[in-house]
Amino acid sequence: MDPIINVKDLTKKFKDVTAVDGISFSVEKGEFFGLLGPNGAGKTTTIRMLYGFSPPTDGTLEVFGLDIGKEWREIKSRIGVCQQENSLDPDLTVSQNLAIFASYFNIPKETALQRSGELLEFFALSHRSENKVAELSGGMARRLTLARSLINRPDLLVLDEPTTGLDPQSRYQMWDRLDALKDKGLTVLMTTHYMEEAQTLCDRLVIVDHGKILVEGSPRDLIAEHTGGNVIEIAGHEDAVIDFIQAHDIEYDDLEDRLILYTPTDAADLNNTIIDRFCVDKCTYRNATLEDVFLRLTGRELRE
Amino acid sequence: MIRLDAISWRFLKVWRRNLITYGKIWKVSFLTPLIEPILYILAFGMGLGVMIGEVRYGGATLSYVRFIAPALIAVAVMHNAFFETTYTSFVRMYYQRTFDGMLATPLSLEEIILAEIVWAATKAAAAAAIMLAVLGAFGYVAFPMGLLMIPAAFLGGLAFAGVGMVFTGIVPTIDLFNLPMFLFITPMFLFSGTFFPITNLPEWAQPLAVAFPLHHIVELARNLCIGVHETGVLVSIGYLTVFSVVFILLGLISMRRRLIK
Repeated sequence: MDPIINVKDLTKKFKDVTAVDGISFSVEKGEFFGLLGPNGAGKTTTIRMLYGFSPPTDGTLEVFGLDIGKEWREIKSRIGVCQQENSLDPDLTVSQNLAIFASYFNIPKETALQRSGELLEFFALSHRSENKVAELSGGMARRLTLARSLINRPDLLVLDEPTTGLDPQSRYQMWDRLDALKDKGLTVLMTTHYMEEAQTLCDRLVIVDHGKILVEGSPRDLIAEHTGGNVIEIAGHEDAVIDFIQAHDIEYDDLEDRLILYTPTDAADLNNTIIDRFCVDKCTYRNATLEDVFLRLTGRELRE
Repeated sequence: MIRLDAISWRFLKVWRRNLITYGKIWKVSFLTPLIEPILYILAFGMGLGVMIGEVRYGGATLSYVRFIAPALIAVAVMHNAFFETTYTSFVRMYYQRTFDGMLATPLSLEEIILAEIVWAATKAAAAAAIMLAVLGAFGYVAFPMGLLMIPAAFLGGLAFAGVGMVFTGIVPTIDLFNLPMFLFITPMFLFSGTFFPITNLPEWAQPLAVAFPLHHIVELARNLCIGVHETGVLVSIGYLTVFSVVFILLGLISMRRRLIK
C-alpha cells in the first residue's frame, strides 16, 4: 500500500536562505510521525509545503499518492491542519467556528452539526459551545483548534507544535486526546520541540536541523543508539573522572561546569563504580531521554 | 503569477463567513449610513446651501442639497469598500490569521481574496441601500429608478475593493494605509464632482477628475436618483467594469505575492 506521505529530496529556498535542504521521509497509514528540530530548522516550512500553502522549490511531495501541485484541492479536503498560531474567529461562538469551517469543506449542515457535537464532547468543550472564542482560555482555544481540524474526518492530521504555550494541565489533557486519536488509527504528522511529547506520542520521528534530516527512527531506538540508555550527570568534577571514563571508553559531553556521561543500561557495575568514586557533590543518575539525543545531535548553543 | 483556475463557487462560503461575522456587529455598522447623510443634509442644507443657492448641472437647476445628496451615496460606497479590503482585510489576514486557517481547507487563496472583495462590494451596496432609504425620506431620491443605485453601488464597490486589496498586498504595517487614504481617497472625495461640478476645476485638472472612479459612481448616482448627469451612463458603467476587473486581478496578484512564499 502507498504511504500516506511520501517526500523525496524536498527542498525549499527563500531568497537567500535554504529552509529545507533535500529531505526525504515517508509516513505510513496509522503512524504517529514526529518532525523534530530546533527553531528555524525547517519544520513549519516542511508542513506548509505538505498542505499546499507553500510551493516546493524542488523534489517530490505526494500525499495519499497524489501530487500537491495538481491535486491540491483533493489533498486539502482530506487532511486536517492544526496550526501553531491561533486562527479561530474571535467574534464567533465555539459552535459557529466549527460550522463555518465545515462549510469550507462543503460538509452538509446536518452532518457538520452532528460532528461538531461529537468533537466538542471529545474535547470537553460542550459546556462552552455558545461562548465566544475570545472568552476561552489558551488551553480551550487550542483544543477547539484541534477539534476544528478534525471536522472533515481527515485521513491525515498535521499538528504544528500542538502544546506550545500551554500550562501542564492543558498539555496533559492534549496528550491524552492525541493518544486517543492515535488509538483510533488516525495518521498524524506532528512537529514539536518538546522532547517528552515526542517520546510519549511518536511511533517514529526524524530530527531535522538546518533543513536536513539528522536521524530517523523510533524514540526508543534513537535513545539506545545515541546515548546507551543511562545518563550520569556530574557537577564540579575532578580531572580523575575524565581519565577514568576515557580509560573505559565511555561516551561523554564536557560542559565545563558539568560532565554528562552516557553509559549502557546493562553495565550496572560500571555505573555503580562511577557513582561511588566520583559523585562527590551534585550528581544525577537517570534514564536517558530523547532530549539527550536531541541536544547531542543539534548542540546546546542558543539558536536565536 | 495568478491562478484563475483555482477559483470556484466555493468562494461564496468565505463571503458567507463574513456575512455571519458582520451579523454580530451590524447594529453598530448600520448607524453610520443611517446618520451620516442626515448630518450632511443638515450641514449643507441649512448652512452651506443657503450661501450657495442653486447649481446648474446637466441641463437642470438644482438646490445645492439636491446636487450633493446622490454624491453622498457614492462617497459611502467608496469608503465602505475601500475600508473593508484595507483595514478589515488586513486585520483578518495579519492579526486574526483567518486566511491562514482557511488556506488549510480546500479553499484556494484566490477564492479567499475574491470573497473579501465581493463581500466589500456587498457592504457598499448595503450602505447605499440604507442611505437611499434615508435620503428618499427627505425626498432626494426618485423611486423606483433610485433602487438601481443598489447594483450600481455593488459595481462601484468592486472597483474600490479591488484597489484596496492591491494596497493590502503591499503595505508592511496597518498604519501605512494612511498613505493611500491621504493620497488617493481624500483627493477623490473632494474633486470627483461630489461637492461641485468638475467643470469648476481648471481645464487641465478636469480629465484627471473624470479618470477618478468615484466620479463615475457619483454620475451614476445622480442619474439614478434624480435623473441628472453629464457623463453617459454606459461610459460610467463601462469604465467601472474595466477598472474593477483590472484592479481585482491586480489585488489577487498582490495578495498571492504577499502570502504564498
